[in-house]
Amino acid sequence: MLYWDKEKECMPREHLLELQLRRLKEAAYRVYAFVPAYKAKFDAAGIKPDDINTLDDLKRMPFTTKQDLRDNYPFSLFAVPMSEVVRIHSSSGTTGKPTVVGYTRKDLEIWTELMARALTSAGGTKRSVIQNAYGYGLFTGGLGVHYGAERIGASVIPSSGGNTKRQIMLMQDFGTTLLTCTPSYALFMAEVMSEMGVKPSDLKVQSGIFGAEPWSENMRREIENKLSINAFDIYGLSEIIGPGVAIECPYKCGLHIAEDHFLVEIIDPVTEEVLPDGSQGELVITSMTKEALPLIRYRTRDLTTLNREQCECGRTHVRMQKVMGRSDDMVIIRGVNVFPSMVESVLLNVPGVEPHYLLVVERFGNLDQLEVQVEVSESIFSDEVRKLEDLGRRISKDLESALGVAVKVRLVEPKTIARSEGKAQRVIDKRNI
Amino acid sequence: MAKQISVFLENKTGRLAHVTKVLGDAQINIRALSIADTSDFGILRLIVNDPVKAYKILKEAGFTVSETEVIAVRMPDSPGGLAYVLDQMSEENLNIEYLYAFLGMTGNDALVIFKVEDFKKAKIAFKAKGINFLDEDELYQL
Repeated sequence: MLYWDKEKECMPREHLLELQLRRLKEAAYRVYAFVPAYKAKFDAAGIKPDDINTLDDLKRMPFTTKQDLRDNYPFSLFAVPMSEVVRIHSSSGTTGKPTVVGYTRKDLEIWTELMARALTSAGGTKRSVIQNAYGYGLFTGGLGVHYGAERIGASVIPSSGGNTKRQIMLMQDFGTTLLTCTPSYALFMAEVMSEMGVKPSDLKVQSGIFGAEPWSENMRREIENKLSINAFDIYGLSEIIGPGVAIECPYKCGLHIAEDHFLVEIIDPVTEEVLPDGSQGELVITSMTKEALPLIRYRTRDLTTLNREQCECGRTHVRMQKVMGRSDDMVIIRGVNVFPSMVESVLLNVPGVEPHYLLVVERFGNLDQLEVQVEVSESIFSDEVRKLEDLGRRISKDLESALGVAVKVRLVEPKTIARSEGKAQRVIDKRNI
Repeated sequence: MAKQISVFLENKTGRLAHVTKVLGDAQINIRALSIADTSDFGILRLIVNDPVKAYKILKEAGFTVSETEVIAVRMPDSPGGLAYVLDQMSEENLNIEYLYAFLGMTGNDALVIFKVEDFKKAKIAFKAKGINFLDEDELYQL
């Protein structure tokens, strides 16, 4: 099966634009009428819902940031009474107060449909056995995938995150055909599999949908080789709906954003100006159909580009490039923007180097230093100091030319960089800026 | 010919203590050792009485370990003993990667562990020059 909902996924652009305009207007009226914080924002920007006559008017509307969600913690941005809210999710809150999101029954229905589209795009059918190793709970990954997987009629194994040996046992015994988890956890599973002596050929897994953290093309190859599967990228964030905002099709040349529900723009994160298609910038999303928590021009902090050309798969929805990184996990060293994903790409091009790495930023005097810790696996270890030092120098030279900033490479013992069963921590910033 | 166990160690307190404890707990006796170090990491090189077992238990304990071929050369424990061997090796153009001394006693002789660039060539040269080296079993049983 190619599409889950061909009518929507392949809707002619002109119909899509009409639908978007109608839905954008509805969203503007709803937030203006029911969310005091939005009324204040619209008034401050000097715009009323009645002023929205074309999609181009979107850029006159105010932005929403994570800070707005925190300021209105927990429920003040909700556009419906709590009696209409049937589900609440929340972010992990690693950077302050958690952000809280709510869903009406219709919101959940839309989310389920979007995940059904995503799973179908990655080859999922009612004959699939889907092992969902995203964490179940407040995090949207687990339940989001779960309901979509049930919607397409697949057999769902709600294994949640963690207990890796059991995950692998389930994969073997239950004949998992499609795996869903974070990409770093997929690699960790591959590592544990090889320790347990389980070969990919012992398993029936054919494909995997990986998301919730940025990952590079090289990491995709690594996952595909080590697990012998077809790896798809999925994009989403709880503020907008959760996983399923965008998904790769089999052509893997960008992720199709569900444009019948989400209106997207790319802005310059500093000037906040809307950038033309093809420019790299911050993705901004308006969730037009959300009832409980509609967000206008939500700044995702994810950097990407948009491509509106028709995709060979037949879907008409705009494609976003694989996310380059989040601006909050971006580090600026001596004026240079460094993304962990860039470091990862370089490391994976050095034979034998495992993609377990950590960026440590420190300030000595007035000078920032970027240290990249790399684990020494058996395949790169040598009993001669000279050879290891050469390897360290080679990695740091490759990193320097890719990043444009001096890098100190520290070789560390295997398994000393914390493995994550969820989002991997890639950066430790020790500077007090 | 002999097997040396090489272990990658981060330059942090307690790492060497940990390796030696793992070996001690497994009843493995260290017969010779050397550490090559840099500011960030070190490479511990060990001759033990049971290299196969040592390799296995260190790997199980999570260390990055490798087996390296080395030569244990016997020489008189008297002034000029090592100088003579090195001189002969230089005559044969034998490149040495590193060397270190063996701790155990072998009567009036000393033992030095050599890692050379070209093993075959070294063995042939040593035989031709009457320089004595121990075979594996002899070494581990010392």
